[in-house]
Amino acid sequence: MTDLTKLSLADARKGLKAKSFTATELTGAYLTAIDAANPSLNAYVAVTPDKALEMAKASDEKLMQGQGGTLEGIPLGIKDLFATKGVHTQAASHILDGFKPEYESTVTANLWRDGAVMLGKLNMDEFAMGSSNETSYYGPVVSPFRAEGSNAKLVPGGSSGGSAAAVSAWLCAAATATDTGGSIRQPAAFTGTVGIKPTYGRCSRWGTVAFASSLDQAGPIARTVEDAAMMMTSMSGFDVKDSTSVDLAVPDFAAAVERGVKGLVIGVPREYRMDGMPVEIEKLWSQGLEWLKAEGATVRDISLPHTKYALPAYYIVAPAEASSNLARYDGVKYGLRVSGKDITDMYELTRAAGFGREVKRRIMIGTYVLSAGYFDAFYVKAQKVRTLIKKDFEDAFNDGVDAILTPATPSAAFGIGDEALAADPVAMYLNDVFTVTVNMAGLPGIAVPAGKDAAGLPLGLQLIGKPFDEETLFAAARVIEKSAAMDFSPKPWW
Amino acid sequence: MSVDAATVKRIGRLARIRIEENEVESYQSELNAILGFIEQLGEINVDGIEPMTSVTPMTLRRRDDVISDGGYAEKIVANAPLTEDNFFMVPKVIE
Repeated sequence: MTDLTKLSLADARKGLKAKSFTATELTGAYLTAIDAANPSLNAYVAVTPDKALEMAKASDEKLMQGQGGTLEGIPLGIKDLFATKGVHTQAASHILDGFKPEYESTVTANLWRDGAVMLGKLNMDEFAMGSSNETSYYGPVVSPFRAEGSNAKLVPGGSSGGSAAAVSAWLCAAATATDTGGSIRQPAAFTGTVGIKPTYGRCSRWGTVAFASSLDQAGPIARTVEDAAMMMTSMSGFDVKDSTSVDLAVPDFAAAVERGVKGLVIGVPREYRMDGMPVEIEKLWSQGLEWLKAEGATVRDISLPHTKYALPAYYIVAPAEASSNLARYDGVKYGLRVSGKDITDMYELTRAAGFGREVKRRIMIGTYVLSAGYFDAFYVKAQKVRTLIKKDFEDAFNDGVDAILTPATPSAAFGIGDEALAADPVAMYLNDVFTVTVNMAGLPGIAVPAGKDAAGLPLGLQLIGKPFDEETLFAAARVIEKSAAMDFSPKPWW
Repeated sequence: MSVDAATVKRIGRLARIRIEENEVESYQSELNAILGFIEQLGEINVDGIEPMTSVTPMTLRRRDDVISDGGYAEKIVANAPLTEDNFFMVPKVIE
C-alpha cells in the first residue's frame, strides 16, 4: 500500500470517499509517522492519539454511509495557540503550564464540524513571538530540511514553526497556524509549504490566545495550494463572539484555485527591492513574474512608499497590544504561580519565571511605549503610519492592480542558534520585512514555494491581495505552483 | 530616545515582571536596540493623518444588553492554581 501520509489533503479526501482506505488507517499512519519523527523534529508539543482515533472512528461511520463534511477523516495538527477543549493549550509558554481549556476555539470547532481529526498540538514560538521557533518553552523545532552536504540543524521559521515542519515532514495532512507579522508565510516559505494569512476579520479570533489583537489572524499551512484553499474555507466564517469578525459569505476557495491569472494586473513594488537582496531571491522574483505573464497576466511597477516604516511601526503596535493582552497571566486564573511575600511579589515572580526572554522583552517595550507621556509619540504615531501604509496599498488597488508579487522572505532558512541573530533582536525582526506590511494593512497574503537556493533550500514568493479577495491569491499562487513544477519535499533524515 | 537603568526597573515594575539587578544591563541594551530601530519613524510627517482605529472599514457591532452566557463558575476556576468554593485564592490584599 502507498504511504498514506504522502497524499495531499485533496487526494486523501478522494481516497476516503472512494473507500480505498479508512480514516482510522490514515490517522494511524500519521500517528506512526509522528512517533518516529517527533524526537528529532520536536514539531508536536502534545500528541492526542486516543482523541485522534476516536474522531477517526466517528468519521469512518459517516464515510461508510456516504456522508461526512468537507474535511471528513482528514488528520490535522493544531498550533498550540488555539484553545482545544480538555487538551494542552499553552502557547508554548511555561506560564500556561497545565492549562486545559473548558472551551474550543471557533476556528478548530469549524474544522471538527467539517469532519477533521485532531492529531495533537504543534510547537511554536512562545506566544507567537519569534521568527525561528527558538523561543518556545518546549525547545526549538528542527526543520525537516538540511542544506545539501550539511548536517547542521536549520530553523523551520516562526512563529508557526511546528505547523510548517509537521506539514512538510508528513506529520499531518495540513495544520492551523496564525500570523501577526509573518508567522504563517515565513515558515511556509522556509519549508516549501503553502501558507495563507487571510484578510483581517475572515477567521474568528475567539479562543485563540491573543498576541496583538489588531494584527492576529488564523490561517492554514498545507502542502499544496488546493489543500490550503480547502482548509481556508473550513476555518473562515462570521462569529458573533469576535467583535472584529466580518459578516461576509465564505466562498468555496478551492473552486477558485484553477481560475488562472489571464487579464490580471500584478503589481511589483519597487520598495521591496532591498539593498543587499540575495541574487537568488531577485531571480526568483523575476521568474515568478515571467510565469504569471506567460499565463496572461500583465505586470506593472508600483510604489508603496511607506514600506520601510512598516516594521518599526509594527514594533510599537504589536508589543503595545501584547503588553495589554498578556497582563492576564498573573498566577491567579490559570497556569504557573510562584508564591511571594504579597500579591505584587507573586505577580512579579510568576511573570519573571513564566515568560521567556523574548516575551518579556516585548512586554517591556509595549509597557514603555504605552506609559504616561509616551503614548502619543509612539502608539498614536505608529497608528498614523499604519493609515499611510494601508493607503499605499489602496492607491495601488484603485489604480487597477489585482494582486502584488513580492519575495516572501529576505533569505532561505538559517541555522538553529545563529549567533549573529541571537545577539541582535532587530536582525531577527528583519525576517518579517516583506510580510509585516500585510498585517499592518489587514490584507490577505499567501506564501507559495517557487524555487530553491544554491544549497537546495526552499524559497517562497508572496502574493498580496485586496481585502477579502483571497480567491485571486489562490488562483495566482496555483499558477506559480504549477509553473515551478518542483518537488518541495524534504529528504527524510529523521 | 534611550532608556537608562532606572527606567528599565520602572518598566519592569509597571509590567509586573521582576527584573533582577544582574539583568538590568542586558535589558537596557536590548530595549535600546529596539527603540533605536523604532526611531526612524521620526522621519515621517504625519500631520493631519488620522490614526488607524480599525483595519477593516467597519463599525463595531453591538449586542443587546442581556445575559447571554454564564452559570458555570466551576469551569471558570477549573484551571486556577488555588481555589475555594469557586473563588480564586490570592495572598491577602487588604490589611
